[in-house]
Amino acid sequence: MEIDPFIFRLSIFILSIFIGYYVVWSVTPSLHTPLMSVTNAISSVIIVGAIIASLAGNSDTIFDTSSIFGFIAISLAAINIFGGFLVTQRMLAMYKKKKKNKE
Amino acid sequence: MISSNLSAIFYLISGVLFILALRGLSSPETSRQGNFFGILGMIIAITVTFLSVGNFSTGFFVVLIFLLIGGLIGAFIAYKIPMTAMPELVAGFHSLVGLAAVFVAVSAFLNPEAFNLGYPGDIKLASLIEMSIGAAVGAITFSGSIIAFLKLQGIMSGSPITFKGQHPLNGLILISIVILTYLLCSTQSSNIFWILLAVSFLIGFLLIIPIGGADMPVVISMLNSYSGWAAAGIGFTLENSALIITGALVGSSGAILSYIMCKGMNRSFFSVILGGFGATEQSSSSKSKEQKPVKSGNADDAAFLMKNASSVIIVPGYGMAVAQAQHALREMVDTLKKNDIKVSYAIHPVAGRMPGHMNVLLAEANVPYDEVFELEEINNDFANADVAFVIGANDVTNPVAKTDPQSPIYGMPVLDVEKCKSVLFVKRSLSPGYAGIDNDLFYKENTLMLFADAKKMTEDITKNL
Repeated sequence: MEIDPFIFRLSIFILSIFIGYYVVWSVTPSLHTPLMSVTNAISSVIIVGAIIASLAGNSDTIFDTSSIFGFIAISLAAINIFGGFLVTQRMLAMYKKKKKNKE
Repeated sequence: MISSNLSAIFYLISGVLFILALRGLSSPETSRQGNFFGILGMIIAITVTFLSVGNFSTGFFVVLIFLLIGGLIGAFIAYKIPMTAMPELVAGFHSLVGLAAVFVAVSAFLNPEAFNLGYPGDIKLASLIEMSIGAAVGAITFSGSIIAFLKLQGIMSGSPITFKGQHPLNGLILISIVILTYLLCSTQSSNIFWILLAVSFLIGFLLIIPIGGADMPVVISMLNSYSGWAAAGIGFTLENSALIITGALVGSSGAILSYIMCKGMNRSFFSVILGGFGATEQSSSSKSKEQKPVKSGNADDAAFLMKNASSVIIVPGYGMAVAQAQHALREMVDTLKKNDIKVSYAIHPVAGRMPGHMNVLLAEANVPYDEVFELEEINNDFANADVAFVIGANDVTNPVAKTDPQSPIYGMPVLDVEKCKSVLFVKRSLSPGYAGIDNDLFYKENTLMLFADAKKMTEDITKNL
């Protein structure tokens, strides 16, 4: 009997949880705030769903009920993607090591 | 238009890049590169989606416009936001992920053909279940984050809102979500889908209102986790590995952070979630706090103590963020260092309103990260230090957590501040902290209370050094 593709997706999901577990435990506590903002940004990859929702419809009009939800979701996710990555970058740029030579 | 197999491979690549993005955060040196991997992963995912849909008609430009609008708003916020407002920002962002998940689910429900899920009224069962989970968790994330945002922003009071029958009501609503999902699957009725969404919004709201301000580190982490599970649910619906991988990563990341925060307070996850902490104790503590003698001093006394010290440990807390005192603090430390005084910073896991909050503020004030230590790293050093300078922290320094089994914070890991030769405690008044209990440290022989605004006091000390 053929294996349902769902099982493969479930495998990816479960294994990713384990990867997440080990990777996140290795994050240094001083970077926990950037961790939150960057996970925020990457979880907005949900934008791919929004793009499909707004473009793949088969109706003749650009704006139908389902694509409008897609368009709004694109904007929401984009706020997060740009905002999340940029604010993370801004924070990470502030983390500096002690200067060796005293002035 | 590219084949779905090829696009699946690209989605996998972007998923791997997201893993590397988190991996980079294991040290500040590699973190910037990690962020770059994250951005790259996102660009790949978006580009591949455009190519696989292959629709470059007018709709494509409309999408770009919406993308640009969102992007501009996001970039503007990212550059303007003060570092002290980071918890609010993260809560706000979580709500957007949640809402986006809801909208994608709604769109998939209304137009399942676009996602190859079947037809309206005849959606594949598995997809329908995944979709409802994604939508329900997304809705909970959205409304919960909005409440968290309002509480952090101070628009809504940070104190817990409790009422009779709260927990049975929440339990009932959660059960109804399961029943509604079942009904939705058996009837495919859109009305039930809308009710399911409404109920999920409601429960997100109800779950967060009983949780108090200082428990926000747990709440934010938890909502972080939820936003991940919502994304994963949608990922299953869309059969998209990038989303599934990311959802799982973010979900476990948030869960681990919640665990760390709970451990930092020695409280079980459930006691935080059930809320109400700090609401009842406040009244009882007000009776016992008169009479005990307190030594208070001014900036001059503090400067004198610090000038004669050889090592100083700084303990920052939420109050420092509120007073925006981090820059003034760093200036004071610079002056101390000029006098060859060794200075380090001690950060409690739950200091501030979100994980790592204090570290970011200190980094903003140009404090090198190798002078900043976590609780376990520095706790033994207090015994050898001359002065502990507590600025804006309270409960996390309370020795009661080690001595009094009756105390609500008993067992919570605390910074051993009282072991220092002398303790300088900057605080506006003697009022108890979030846990609603008196801090024994106020009345110790070697404690000098500095009653003032954190920023002003720090500046005054610098002048007197």
